[in-house]
Amino acid sequence: MKRFAILLERLALTPARLGKLRLLTDYIADVPDPDRGIGLAAITRDLDVRTVKPAMLRELVIARVDAELFSLSYDYVGDLAETIALIWEPHGPAAELGLAATVDRLNCAGRAEAPALMTKMLDGLDTSERYALIKLATGGLRVGVSARMAKQALAGFGDVDVTEIEELWHGLSPPYSELFAWLEGRAEKPVSAAAAPFRPVMLATPLEEGDLAGLDPADYLAEWKWDGIRVQATSEAGVRRLYSRTGDDISCAFPDIVAHLGFEGSLDGELLVRRADGSVAPFAELQQRLNRKTVGKALMERHPAFIRAYDLLQDGAENLRPLSFADRRARLEALVPTLGPRFDLSELVGFRGWEELATARADPPHAVIEGLMLKRRDSAYVPGRPKGPWFKWKRDPHLIDAVLMYAQRGHGKRSSFYSDYTFGVWTPQDELVPVGKAYFGFTDEELRQIDKFVRDNTVERFGPVRAVRADRDFGLVLEVAFEGLNRSKRHKSGVAMRFPRIARLRWDKPAAEADRLETLEAMLPA
Amino acid sequence: MAKAPLLRPRPEGLYCSKGDFFIDPVTPVPRALITHGHADHARAGHGAVLATQRTLDIMALRYGADFADSTQAAEDAPLNVNGVEVSFHPAGHVLGSAQIKVSHRGRSVVATGDYKRHADATTEGYEPVRGDILITEATFGLPVFRHPDPRAEIAKLLTSLRQFPERAHMVGVYALGKAQRVIRLIRDAGYDAPLFIHGALQRLCDYYVSQGIDLGELRPATEDRAAKASYAGQIILAPPSAFAAKWAQRFPDPLIAFASGWMQVRARARQRGVELPLVISDHCDWGELTTTIAELMPEQVWVTHGREEALVRWCKLQGIAAQPLNLVGYEDEAE
Repeated sequence: MKRFAILLERLALTPARLGKLRLLTDYIADVPDPDRGIGLAAITRDLDVRTVKPAMLRELVIARVDAELFSLSYDYVGDLAETIALIWEPHGPAAELGLAATVDRLNCAGRAEAPALMTKMLDGLDTSERYALIKLATGGLRVGVSARMAKQALAGFGDVDVTEIEELWHGLSPPYSELFAWLEGRAEKPVSAAAAPFRPVMLATPLEEGDLAGLDPADYLAEWKWDGIRVQATSEAGVRRLYSRTGDDISCAFPDIVAHLGFEGSLDGELLVRRADGSVAPFAELQQRLNRKTVGKALMERHPAFIRAYDLLQDGAENLRPLSFADRRARLEALVPTLGPRFDLSELVGFRGWEELATARADPPHAVIEGLMLKRRDSAYVPGRPKGPWFKWKRDPHLIDAVLMYAQRGHGKRSSFYSDYTFGVWTPQDELVPVGKAYFGFTDEELRQIDKFVRDNTVERFGPVRAVRADRDFGLVLEVAFEGLNRSKRHKSGVAMRFPRIARLRWDKPAAEADRLETLEAMLPA
Repeated sequence: MAKAPLLRPRPEGLYCSKGDFFIDPVTPVPRALITHGHADHARAGHGAVLATQRTLDIMALRYGADFADSTQAAEDAPLNVNGVEVSFHPAGHVLGSAQIKVSHRGRSVVATGDYKRHADATTEGYEPVRGDILITEATFGLPVFRHPDPRAEIAKLLTSLRQFPERAHMVGVYALGKAQRVIRLIRDAGYDAPLFIHGALQRLCDYYVSQGIDLGELRPATEDRAAKASYAGQIILAPPSAFAAKWAQRFPDPLIAFASGWMQVRARARQRGVELPLVISDHCDWGELTTTIAELMPEQVWVTHGREEALVRWCKLQGIAAQPLNLVGYEDEAE
């Protein structure tokens, strides 16, 4: 329990992804079975724990601590679980109870026994362990670790490719002992036994300048790259699952899709939602439906989901992945029309030469298109991101010139740098209004330059944030690149950018000549 | 009718009218008694200052030798100040820190200043002092504050150093007391490599060493601009304010730690961008505060700077007369 408590504490305060990965890998290496697997599952929230109500814990505390002292403490700390963990005065000797054993006891206790069990366990733990136990028992563990990150930590620990973990994942359950045995070289790779397993996804590499010169247009097929999320829809032996491209099961959020998985096999496609008129909706509308455990009827009716099919991986008992893309595509074209209105086919873009394709890319037929995909006709479907068989050729980003308004200090290695920038454009009243925030895109040298500019031109401070001088006569102009623009009620400017980043520093450009809000408004989708 | 108390709060600080002096005044006064050298308690510009020799030394280091018109070092024996008996007793807070007991015609008040009872090899140990009235600090006066064993906190730092050997470990410490205590704890944990310190810590570290407290090899972290990589896996100690300054940009991928009692509360650590909170405090935690009151059983408890409300409530529950003393100008562990 101690080791798990320390891990939680470190994860919660470590901002960098690589730092989190190392903490996870070390945990896996340090802690024996079954605790490490249970710990990992608790963090990725793949663990079934019978939970207790925070109100019950509060009553346990009030029985020991004066109610007024408790309430003064809670006001100060602000988090109930943390307040209880801190204020709880242990009675009796410390008890080293393993994490797996702790979870076991929680799951075995009936509703009536839970208070006594919690009291007993809290009495034997130290402060950080109490915090971990309470978060575990109240279902409140959120430390910013995705299932994807856990899988990467496992891959790093065993020095295997992450796709191997993804492929196995849905056939495994906590404490994953057979997985660890394989990763430590003590046993054979476990055989995935799950029905409707995830098949690791094939990804494309970005098309670099000059790549096209070495490619023969006749070897490739092209299709539009849609701005939704990549999914894998699988239905086998009565088990239906919708996976994200990293193998997370997102079926619960899309029962409207799952209900129509009336085929036997597995296909790869783009998840999108429609508008009332049947047209494809921008990403912002799809986003309403993402990251949910459940979904209401009204939401499903407002944003009905469908899959635009790209590929067919499994057809009945036949694994199509070793076939060529052209052959798989032919099978897909035959299948999709039988699947009903929740599926359609990603159309091919005809072209004779790269120039013709470049023209199509510059003017795609739909606003929700991000660019083009190029796939070799003879490419087998292989996991990961091999260079060559598939390319993504995105549209050029939108660019605007905006004025730096606020800068915030970063975290970790950037904690002494002002590295998060809020920038604005001019309103019709000639005032600056913030339109976005970016914290990457610049080089280390540019970061140093901006940091100096911020420190030299601060006009106001709000904690870690500084307002910098920005007016008609003076200011730093940033060329900002972004992928798309949506309407936003939350922002004063009424617009929200997707993937904004700093493309260039325009030291040469006078602030008064930065872009105007009207320019952005003209880019909004209809 | 109750007699007027020996000490009472005035805007300048705690005032004794019988002896015409202030304790830890926040603005210049003709006669000041100082409990310890932290800047919010010990200010420059008073007329006469009475304090322990070490506190006087520390004030001279910080403000220059002429920080007051005249100074007097408190000895072990009580002193007479304008007919009032005054004595200084170790408070265990930082080197030289003292509680001040004021007695007059059989009645007495003890002002603790800042104090702690946890073991600390870098300061004189706290000594319980009885008085009719106890004026206690309450910086960590909530039952959620229970300071852990500082050795376990230092172990976290050393573990992180092994886990992230490519990162410079920056430990935020206040220049007086915390810095030297943390250094001593690191040494006691068996770490004897050089430690790098910010310039603001140098003089006070030197002073501690001159008083017989061994801090091992300390190197300035202010030179060698070019050798960024050489700080990888090293411990650098600095006042927390330095982390936001350009000074910190010379270190490779800094990992920010902060040694403070406030680090007990996660939101505090998060607000300050601290990756590695080290719960090490030079103040009493809740247990020490309540133990001290229960042990001394004064007639009255006056509670000052900090979370007065909770400690007053606790006293009431124990049947001890208590009241908050709203003194202004003292900071929460200088935040």
